[in-house]
Amino acid sequence: MSVAPFFNPTRQTRVLPGFHLALGYTLVYLSLIVLIPLAAVFITSATLSWSEFWAVVSSPRVVATYKLSFGASLLAGAINTVFGLMLAWALVRYSFPGKKLIDALVDLPFALPTAVAGIALTALYAGNGWIGSLLEPLGIKVAFTPLGVLVALVFIGVPFVVRTVQPILEDLETELEEAAASLGANRWQTFTRVLLPVLLPALLTGFALAFARAVGEYGSVIFIAGNIPMISEITPLIIITKLEQYDYVGATAVAVVMLVFSFIMLLAINLLQAWSAKRTGRDR
Amino acid sequence: MAVAGVLHARVDARRYQTNAATRESPWVKRLILGLALAFFALFLLMPLIAVFAEAFRKGWFTYVTALSDPDALAAVRLTLLIAAIAVPLNLVFGVAAAWAIAKFEFRGKRFLTTLIDLPFSVSPVIAGLIFVLLFGAQGWFGEWLFEHDVKIVFAVPGLVLATIFVTFPFVARELIPLMEAQGREEEEAAVVLGANGFQLFWRVTLPNIKWGLLYGVILCNARAMGEFGAVSVVSGHIRGQTNTLPLHVEILYNEYNFSAAFAVASLLALLAMVTLGLKSFIEWKANRNAPTVGAI
Amino acid sequence: MSIQVANIHKTFGSFVALDQVSLDFPTGALTALLGPSGCGKTTLLRIIAGLETADSGQVILAGEDASDTHVRQRRVGFVFQHYALFRHMTVFENVAFGLRVKPRRERPKEAEIRQRVHRLLDLVQLDPLANRFPSQLSGGQRQRVALARALAVEPKVLLLDEPFGALDAQVRKELRRWLRRLHDELHITSLFVTHDQEEALEVADQVVLMNRGRVEQVGTPNAVYEQPATPFVYGFLGAVNTFHGRIEGAHLRVGEATLAHSEDQGEVASGAQAVAFARPHELTIITDPGHDAGIAASVVRILSFGASTRVELDSLTPASDSELPIHYEVMLPRDQIQALKLVEGQRVRLVPSRIRIFQSQAA
Repeated sequence: MSVAPFFNPTRQTRVLPGFHLALGYTLVYLSLIVLIPLAAVFITSATLSWSEFWAVVSSPRVVATYKLSFGASLLAGAINTVFGLMLAWALVRYSFPGKKLIDALVDLPFALPTAVAGIALTALYAGNGWIGSLLEPLGIKVAFTPLGVLVALVFIGVPFVVRTVQPILEDLETELEEAAASLGANRWQTFTRVLLPVLLPALLTGFALAFARAVGEYGSVIFIAGNIPMISEITPLIIITKLEQYDYVGATAVAVVMLVFSFIMLLAINLLQAWSAKRTGRDR
Repeated sequence: MAVAGVLHARVDARRYQTNAATRESPWVKRLILGLALAFFALFLLMPLIAVFAEAFRKGWFTYVTALSDPDALAAVRLTLLIAAIAVPLNLVFGVAAAWAIAKFEFRGKRFLTTLIDLPFSVSPVIAGLIFVLLFGAQGWFGEWLFEHDVKIVFAVPGLVLATIFVTFPFVARELIPLMEAQGREEEEAAVVLGANGFQLFWRVTLPNIKWGLLYGVILCNARAMGEFGAVSVVSGHIRGQTNTLPLHVEILYNEYNFSAAFAVASLLALLAMVTLGLKSFIEWKANRNAPTVGAI
Repeated sequence: MSIQVANIHKTFGSFVALDQVSLDFPTGALTALLGPSGCGKTTLLRIIAGLETADSGQVILAGEDASDTHVRQRRVGFVFQHYALFRHMTVFENVAFGLRVKPRRERPKEAEIRQRVHRLLDLVQLDPLANRFPSQLSGGQRQRVALARALAVEPKVLLLDEPFGALDAQVRKELRRWLRRLHDELHITSLFVTHDQEEALEVADQVVLMNRGRVEQVGTPNAVYEQPATPFVYGFLGAVNTFHGRIEGAHLRVGEATLAHSEDQGEVASGAQAVAFARPHELTIITDPGHDAGIAASVVRILSFGASTRVELDSLTPASDSELPIHYEVMLPRDQIQALKLVEGQRVRLVPSRIRIFQSQAA
């Protein structure tokens, strides 16, 4: 396969072999597995007229899922930003027993299949579960309510903020805090005026990653959500429901909305990461 | 969209606690630590414990029975088969992509890197949907496939395709930053010394990237075996035929066969813990060998 | 404000960073803490600042024990080797930081903050760059911002950790003259850490020489250079020729040669092993072949640039058969060299005009 001139390397780096083979293979595989199938979504949805498309993606039941999916994801991202920062801070700055184990288990949501997480969380938060039975007498129902969706989305988002903030915290020179302290700043002032601005891009990146992941999440949510239309139904589930009713075009229309959102988030995350690299870059 | 923390040297926390400028008052420290650990226990530790507690709730006998059920065994076999196809394919792709991107300069490189990451930002449900649109009965190739009696959707090939899609970036995104950090010098030296392409890769590049490669493979494998949403769309849920382990968990759970569902789930949880253990081991190993190489 | 440290002891694991250090830094003086890396000078500076805590001993600021005072309350200005500027703040905001974080009742009004920051930026000649970010400045400019920032809170003492360490040679020279002038204007008690003897001797009023966690000598630049108290100080401050030998009354026997010394006979015991030092300009070259005083050597290289010429020589008689010849260095004014008409390979004798003898510790 011949490679477009766009992908020609500059001459000086041609010393190493295999460029055309490696890049050609990459492009073919990428196109077959990712690009062409994704294009199918947009092309299929194009069989709908604009008004038909709009009718599908703005029907009340679908809009209710957006509200839940995006609202719960935003909230879960925010919760993860606060507690993720605390967890990263504790892992970097404090010594305590079991730290190595906890550090390793932070990645559990990446490694544990979502279906397993889903049934485990349901078992915990159901009325007879370990946590649910404590909350029930207080009048708080978690499982099979929108609150359950939130719990599942917090779970799957934990590693994102921790793992984006942790390396930045580790690389932070203690000199910055020493300078602030020698200038008379107290610990809180040092945190808000010196540390937080440096950590902010990483925190936002972690938040955006957790948020984007949460919006598309399916496996861990459907067990605990109860999936009641208009109340605890998430957007990915609507796609499945429409598919089960053989409404391929309807499913595709909703998928387009989600994909467009994903692309916007991807762009935002790339910009955030560039900003983060700039702010924490060592340009002495 | 996963955040990889491979090869990042951990700093000794004590240095913060002996420095007057980087230390909080004891009660602030206790508060932060308390909240962080409570959050950890509530959202990560307890679900993990719950899986095993529920699995053994009705005793060993029920547990073993659930796992030796023919449908469960078929699900294990299918899951292993899918991973055995998807992981090597993505491994080869990851190495090729990283070789092109990390060792050469060309226009559109950053864009290509973003495209490779794309499957991470797509909902798993959509990952399944795209293959239904292409190969389903109403799909683009549906009729042709029906005429030639080829089944992709609601059959093993569809499961494999969906799994390849969701695990697509894992190896590549571990290797790209690692190989970029290592630069070209060693390979160029090998070329100057007369090595051919195969020798170059086998004797110079591979030894340098082996830990990063293994790391990517382990994460890729964990996702391949545990994927739920994407395979759920293309599976058709035919017991003994198109049921992977996570789908089997769902079926058992929906039949209110909770103990069996958690028994099968405990297998997957065990896989997750082995994955995390190996991951920590590789990080430790890689840091020991090359403490200065870091990638986010 | 005066600074005193008394019996400061600090260990890191089994490494003794500071071994019972007691020092007195006079008010208003600029003192250099000089020594090789790992000698404990930075640790001492950080303990005085309150960034590090000593295992035992006291830090006394203005006559009061400040050992348990937090770095926030010590009112010391600290300038870091790598500046530690806040990257996300402009130059102006960096300098204003110390004023903005003051408790509300002590905090100056915005107009006053403005005025004070601009006055400081004027002082460090950076006012036109007030709205730049640190990344847009050169190394020398960043260090001046760091200094202005430290001065903004009107510290009682100024502590500088290798202030010119990260700069290139040209900027370094300029900046240290500038620091000296600034100090003459402000007269604030200042301590700076350096490993560069030239820098210490050129800038400081007083030099503290440290080695392996101990103070070797304290004195004016002239005193420590002219009257080194220990072999370490002799070797650390500038080039030096070393002679190992045995004391015989008013002479030092080095191999077959004898060198006259002017040490007090009471301080050096006859017959003791000793080491003697002479600076390159304290050696005379004698070309007369009939002369038998001093040490026999041959000219290896003659390096003449500038007003003085350096002559490198090797001893003719190695200390033992297996060893390499001992290397000597002589510095002479150019006209003197021309009068001598030296050529490379020529045999000469070296006679020190002055040597300083230290009795060897080990027998």
